[in-house]
Amino acid sequence: MKLRSVLRTATAVSLIAGSAAYAENIVIATVNNGDMIRMQGLTDDFTSKTGHTVEWVTLEENVLRQRVTTDITTKGGAFDIMTIGMYETPIWGANGWLVPLDDLSEEYNVDDILPAMAGGLSHDGTLYAAPFYGESSMIMYRTDLMEKAGLEMPEAPTWSFVREAAAAMTDRDNDINGICLRGKAGWGEGGAFITAMSNSFGARWFDMDWNAQFDTQPWKDTLEFYVGMMNESGPAGYATNGFNENLSLFQQGKCGMWIDATVAASFVTNPNDSTVADSVGFALAPDNGLGKRSNWLWAWALAIPAGTQKEGAAKEFIEWATSTDYIELVASKEGWANVPPGARTSLYENPNYMEVPFAQMTLDSILSADPNNSTVEPSPYVGVQFAAIPEFAGIATEVSQEFSAVYAGQQSIDEALEKAQALTNDAMEAAGYR
Amino acid sequence: MARAITTQRKTINTLFAWAVGLIIFFPILWIFVLSFKSEGDAIKAPFEVLTSAWTLDSYATVQDRSDYFKHFWNSVTIAVGSTLLGILVAVPAAWSMAFVPSKRTRGILMWMLSTKMLPAVGVLYPIYIGFIKLGLLDTRIGLVIVLMLINLPIIVWMLYTYFKEIPGEILEAARMDGAGLREEVMYVLTPMAVPGIASTLLLNVILAWNEAFWTLNLTAAKAAPLTAFIASYSSPEGLFYAKLSAASVMAIAPILIMGWFSQKQLVRGLTFGAVK
Repeated sequence: MKLRSVLRTATAVSLIAGSAAYAENIVIATVNNGDMIRMQGLTDDFTSKTGHTVEWVTLEENVLRQRVTTDITTKGGAFDIMTIGMYETPIWGANGWLVPLDDLSEEYNVDDILPAMAGGLSHDGTLYAAPFYGESSMIMYRTDLMEKAGLEMPEAPTWSFVREAAAAMTDRDNDINGICLRGKAGWGEGGAFITAMSNSFGARWFDMDWNAQFDTQPWKDTLEFYVGMMNESGPAGYATNGFNENLSLFQQGKCGMWIDATVAASFVTNPNDSTVADSVGFALAPDNGLGKRSNWLWAWALAIPAGTQKEGAAKEFIEWATSTDYIELVASKEGWANVPPGARTSLYENPNYMEVPFAQMTLDSILSADPNNSTVEPSPYVGVQFAAIPEFAGIATEVSQEFSAVYAGQQSIDEALEKAQALTNDAMEAAGYR
Repeated sequence: MARAITTQRKTINTLFAWAVGLIIFFPILWIFVLSFKSEGDAIKAPFEVLTSAWTLDSYATVQDRSDYFKHFWNSVTIAVGSTLLGILVAVPAAWSMAFVPSKRTRGILMWMLSTKMLPAVGVLYPIYIGFIKLGLLDTRIGLVIVLMLINLPIIVWMLYTYFKEIPGEILEAARMDGAGLREEVMYVLTPMAVPGIASTLLLNVILAWNEAFWTLNLTAAKAAPLTAFIASYSSPEGLFYAKLSAASVMAIAPILIMGWFSQKQLVRGLTFGAVK
């Protein structure tokens, strides 16, 4: 009896000591958005299950990108988990900078990740980052204004319908703009939108030999259509509008339509922030009958930098944060409308979630974007609103600055395309692609 | 003879000065106003913002989400530490340049100032790698050293300017009375230059407090100061203006209050020697 209690005590002590020794403190760099902040608030659940503690470094998207890039390229080891996107993941994975996520547990069910997301976060078939949430882009429109204009939004509209509807909804006297779109310079701002739009016009960034394609007719058609429509029906100063500016305009009832990230749906339908919450409809991003729509694909994902000393704890965190259990945890605390969307197939098989008004349209938008085949003509790159090569961010930022100068009336479309063609070819030549 | 100023002219000048002051101060005032609004109200038209309900919700959320005092303490340590270390290095340098100048003094001063013209990002990688090797990444001591080095040219220049105003004969007299170099600097030069040293201290604390490039790039979870605290509330996808404003007010309040109370000292130091 005595021996048994001694053994029991010894076992308990060794278990406690073992778990205490194993418990790690991991540092996670992340972006400041609603879903990530919600996750920070729920970290106690992870700590109680695993014993690991978490320290958060939350930064604005561009600062985060610079910060984690500096750290991973110098093997700084400041972070055990990094929040990165679809652009960085395949490039960093190919460089051997990320830990492959090829040994996640069976309960995690890696096959449940939406194929489009898994594809965009992999390199050579190996997953390097687990999607925390995914997004595409779609049309958000005012149902009351559409009705007033005597039009009905199709589920899958064309660009010509969108332009016609925008003109019909525009009411300058009442400060209502038929359409609000991104025009702000930056590869992730206006650059992302115009690239996704250009796909539906048959344009592409590069041909199969990595030659820039800005001297082709589809790019000219894209810009002429965009500028023409925005001058007719867009808000004043649209050249400097990004996601937040358009969100603000839409929430204040100053936009008839807004084509942007699917995550915006939860903002514009939230009655606490939006004055038009009860009159918002959703439709697929427009096309031009060429077989490609103008929606993008993006995911914020969690990845482990190679060289971290806490790989085991980091993997446990990723399994917790991107699991179906986590989705259910959020749903139980904050409702189904607030769960991180766009990452798992099972979420869209859940009848509770499918009651959320924008759930089906978000899934349809994600499924209609293919990062491996995003353009009408064949292209050598992966990515819908970007080309997943290291040089793209720099080139696309410069190109988008040229385009924004067109939107602001500072130069012609031809001048901007000529400059874009030259600077892209120069950069690609310097990088050894041509 | 003093120039005669009419009452009308005086009124116009006063109104003009107030208008300029208000324009400069307006962004801070507006941040202050937005910090007491809900996110929904913060994006409304200016008049609607002012007439909407006032709330402390954003402050409560920020306090709940972030460890303000950890960031605050890091800011204090880094700003004060780097300034004191800078003064310690700069006083002897400025003394030698002001009282024992050589042929190259002017050139050295200009060279020191020219280092401020180098874009910081140009040396990010060498410094980052150096920090990794020395184990200084995400440490307060690392930031104290970097910010001291960055602000050193300004500290040396300011102290040099103040020291130049002090007659060399006084120091000579002290030497004739048997004062060594240490006594000369400690008991003669420093007390005479107190206004200048104080304004140098204050200005460099402000510069170090507001520095955002190195403090964001060389920190992670442990040594992050208030600049990182603010950056965590900025988002390109989501309107969090009220929370961002509340975080900004909390970050700038200490330095604003310090500046308010020390403005006389600051102005006196900056104009030290202007009127003879």
